[in-house]
Amino acid sequence: MSYSDNTHGDTHHGDHDDHGPAPGLMRWVTTTNHKDIGTLYLWFSLLMFFIGGAMALIIRAELGAPGIQFVDPMFFNSMTTMHAIVMIFGVVMPAFVGLANWMIPMMIGAPDMALPRLNNWSFWIMPFAFTIMLSTLFMDSGGPAGGWTLYPPLVLQMGDSFAYVIFAIHFMGISSVMGSINIVATIFNMRPPGMTLMHMPMFVWTWLITAFLLVATIPVFAGAVTMLLTDRFFDTSFFSAAGGGDPVMFQHIFWFFGHPEVYILILPAFGIVSSIIPTFARKPLFGYDSMVYATASIAFLSFIVWAHHMFTTGMPLAAELFFMFSTMMISVPTGVKVFNWVSTMWRGSMSFETPMLFAIGFVIMFTIGGLSGLMLAITPADIQYHDTYFVVAHFHYVLVPGAIYSLMAATYYWIPKWTGNMYDETLGKWHFWISTIFVNVLFFPMHFVGLAGMPRRIPDYSLQFADWNFVATIGAFGFGFSQLLFVYIIVKCVKGGEKATGEVWEGARGLEWTVDSPAPYHTFETAPVINESTLTR
Amino acid sequence: MRSDVSRWMLLAVFLLALPFGASADWGALNMPVGVTEISKEVYTLHMRIFYICCIIGALVFAVMIYSMFAHRKSKGAVAADFHESTAVEIVWTIVPLIILIAMSIPAAKVLVKMEDFSDSDMTIGVTGYQWRWHYSYLDEGIEFYSQLDREHNAARQQGAEVDLEQFGEIYLREVDNPLVVPVGKKIRFLHTAADVIHSWWVPDLSVKKDAIPGFINENWAKIEEPGTYRGKCAELCGRDHGFMPIVVIALEQADYDEWVLDQQNKVAAATIDADRAWEHQELVATGEAVYQSNCMSCHQKEGQGIPGMFPAIGGSHIATGDIDTHIETVLNGVTETAMTGFSGKLSDSELAAVITYQRNAFGNETGDTLQPAALKTFRQGQQQTLLTQPQLVTDTGVN
Ligand code: HEC
Ligand code: HEM
Ligand SMILES: [Cu+2]
Ligand SMILES: [Cu+2]
Repeated sequence: MSYSDNTHGDTHHGDHDDHGPAPGLMRWVTTTNHKDIGTLYLWFSLLMFFIGGAMALIIRAELGAPGIQFVDPMFFNSMTTMHAIVMIFGVVMPAFVGLANWMIPMMIGAPDMALPRLNNWSFWIMPFAFTIMLSTLFMDSGGPAGGWTLYPPLVLQMGDSFAYVIFAIHFMGISSVMGSINIVATIFNMRPPGMTLMHMPMFVWTWLITAFLLVATIPVFAGAVTMLLTDRFFDTSFFSAAGGGDPVMFQHIFWFFGHPEVYILILPAFGIVSSIIPTFARKPLFGYDSMVYATASIAFLSFIVWAHHMFTTGMPLAAELFFMFSTMMISVPTGVKVFNWVSTMWRGSMSFETPMLFAIGFVIMFTIGGLSGLMLAITPADIQYHDTYFVVAHFHYVLVPGAIYSLMAATYYWIPKWTGNMYDETLGKWHFWISTIFVNVLFFPMHFVGLAGMPRRIPDYSLQFADWNFVATIGAFGFGFSQLLFVYIIVKCVKGGEKATGEVWEGARGLEWTVDSPAPYHTFETAPVINESTLTR
Repeated sequence: MRSDVSRWMLLAVFLLALPFGASADWGALNMPVGVTEISKEVYTLHMRIFYICCIIGALVFAVMIYSMFAHRKSKGAVAADFHESTAVEIVWTIVPLIILIAMSIPAAKVLVKMEDFSDSDMTIGVTGYQWRWHYSYLDEGIEFYSQLDREHNAARQQGAEVDLEQFGEIYLREVDNPLVVPVGKKIRFLHTAADVIHSWWVPDLSVKKDAIPGFINENWAKIEEPGTYRGKCAELCGRDHGFMPIVVIALEQADYDEWVLDQQNKVAAATIDADRAWEHQELVATGEAVYQSNCMSCHQKEGQGIPGMFPAIGGSHIATGDIDTHIETVLNGVTETAMTGFSGKLSDSELAAVITYQRNAFGNETGDTLQPAALKTFRQGQQQTLLTQPQLVTDTGVN
């Protein structure tokens, strides 16, 4: 299955529009090119990954031993809060948007995103939003310290820097919504003839559904934080019982956004893994249709499970039963996805280059996180698990060896296409293995201390938790520092290396592999021909 | 190259595992079985779903791992061509669904039982404050605050040179006044909070319920064995969230009755204590202790506060100026700040002592002495304005 060079769909030569990027720094400020903007997003999230990671290491350093060693409990709380905000809104979401920018037009055979100027704006809002968000840490009244869930009344005890936090959240939201609208518009309007919906690569499908989730839920979140803002500064009492409001109402609104949000953080990862596994198993994705339907049902169900985060708030029995059943339901389509990936591997002809290692790591460790999610869905047991380290273990398994691994897999998979150079395969493997060992040393013990009774969001703990916390801290530093290797590999690959072919991977299918490596600045300015050999299914 | 890296890694895993495997006590790794019927049932559910997850996980991973060894290109595997099977898809949708339904029935049963608050034998109001609990026995007329034990509190301060080993497993899980309850009685808890949301969690009783300001949540436990059961606040509630433990002591009925009598006598004694005349030095000494367990977490050890968050007491206009303003601040707090009122949380003697202390410590040299009796008069004159905290007066107001 290898293509000859003449299948290159890219025919930009001689086109009047055939200019490269503008020279100098202004290229990046004014660019409307989907590849440039994708690159900006990816570098931005890599930078934020280290900022959020540094915060995580402060948290783990404090938790390395019982007693308060390094930071004030208040600062500890702002670290947990800021770490989560940075990782969710500053790392995983922008990185997925960056991949969408780079890959969606190339995967569907479009010349660019549908709304290129909006695209520039969606990106450039982000550095400003995060500068404001992070600057609150240096203000007199400190950074947000009420948890990323922002529950009132606690969050309303924050000083005046609260206004900056809300402002920054609004801007991140605007950026996400604009990015999503752009993705939806691109997928619906820019497909060439022959690229029907049910022929799109899975990554495109999962992003389409994610974009709808974002457009539906970000405004809800924006409304909730605006109500917090007016409660804090303009004497309203949406969430204050003294004025006839209800603090639990906030939790309902928040999680109506928050649960779909956790799927926003994983659906594109499903898409990435569904692209990588078939390539390295040299066998088409098993059950494409059922993958699409499973993704759609996960998205639908994600809107009716939100209160599983609130089983201890004193909901009526009927509500608790409903949310227990709906939450258990959501693991069915999730299971279908896992089974399909395994069947794709089954009787393939597998090779284990770095992207495949990360993708397999994803499937295994995401499944561990999904299974603990299933345990959490059992309401009576969740009453014990809730707000303990068991929950922390659960969501880190789905987010770190889940979402973050998918991002690393994607980077190794597509970086030859982006830079034209192969990355260093040996170092890539080292990166995978070191990360995988440490990530488990880091998060697995959290299941134990959580079950044994250690609450989350605490800076100090009783001595029976000391050993496992120490282990987790070793894992954290090991995992954190091994990511420097990731940066080194990326920089090395950007600077040079063995030249990549257009196809890059032996088993790769799809339009993005029909153009040169590195991908020319403009691709598919005339619609490519879609046929058996250029489709992923 | 590939197998090279993998071999090194396996060795590394092994070496890493060695020291951990060799060391002895790893503490509890699992959920406690607990001492109530509910907690035991919850434990059973937990283990059942855990085993189900293990089986599913083992099956999926076994297939994957087999495939990774058997179907690799380097061994000459040739890719098969199948990529769809509706029958298989239906099977792996239906089978998990059946497992889930089978699991949800017993779970629902336990849940229904947990939510049955009827026929309780006694009721205890539990109010969360930043950062202590207030318990009120609605039938016995006993009420008190319960907070982190003073020694533990000193040990957990940054830079404290205290050997934590002496506290062992109860480090940060010891309180000054534990909640004392009888065994074999269905105890109904009514949870609320005065400032932010807290959550009252005792793993051995399998109870965790949010304490929400302005609302009252119900909960119950029927403890089967006498003993001491420890828990923690489970909902992030600010700076000292990690330091508001819960201790429940379950006693046989006769011992419990004795404890109740004892408490009622103590209340009477405290009244007498407040009415006598105190020495200045005695007030300062008592005040220092009160300050360290109630005020220090915000205003800091040397009274220097934390700039931008908690004002300094040393040199404070209030602590060196008009004493009435000082008393009012401490009794009623300052609305919409972290400074909550201490009237009702501390006894009259303690209040007078801490105010006297603040006016004569940290470089403040007013020389004032505030007698508990004077404070009592002041407080009673103010009674009206004090009713700002939610009160759990009777249980008739609850659904
Ligand atoms: C939860 C943190 C906290 C605790 C605990 C606390 N305070 Fe305060 N206190 C504050 C804050 C915040 C203020 C500032 C209120 C304002 O904005 O006026 C304050 C103000 C004061 C003031 C006025 C100081 C000034 O110059 O404005 C006094 C006096 C005082 N507290 C006494 C006490 C005493 C006595 C205790 C212990 C019995 C105590 N506080 C416990 C947070 C706390
Ligand atoms: C198999 C499907 C899943 C189920 C059944 C499930 C179930 C749950 C439940 C019941 C909770 C609440 C636990 C508690 O606080 O008591 C929870 C928390 C959480 N889950 Fe999942 N989950 C699943 C998959 C995921 C995925 C895919 C993600 C994200 C990638 C995710 C991210 C989170 C996060 C971030 C939290 C914690 C939120 C917080 O309190 O801060 N989960 N999950
Ligand atoms: Cu959820
Ligand atoms: Cu609390």
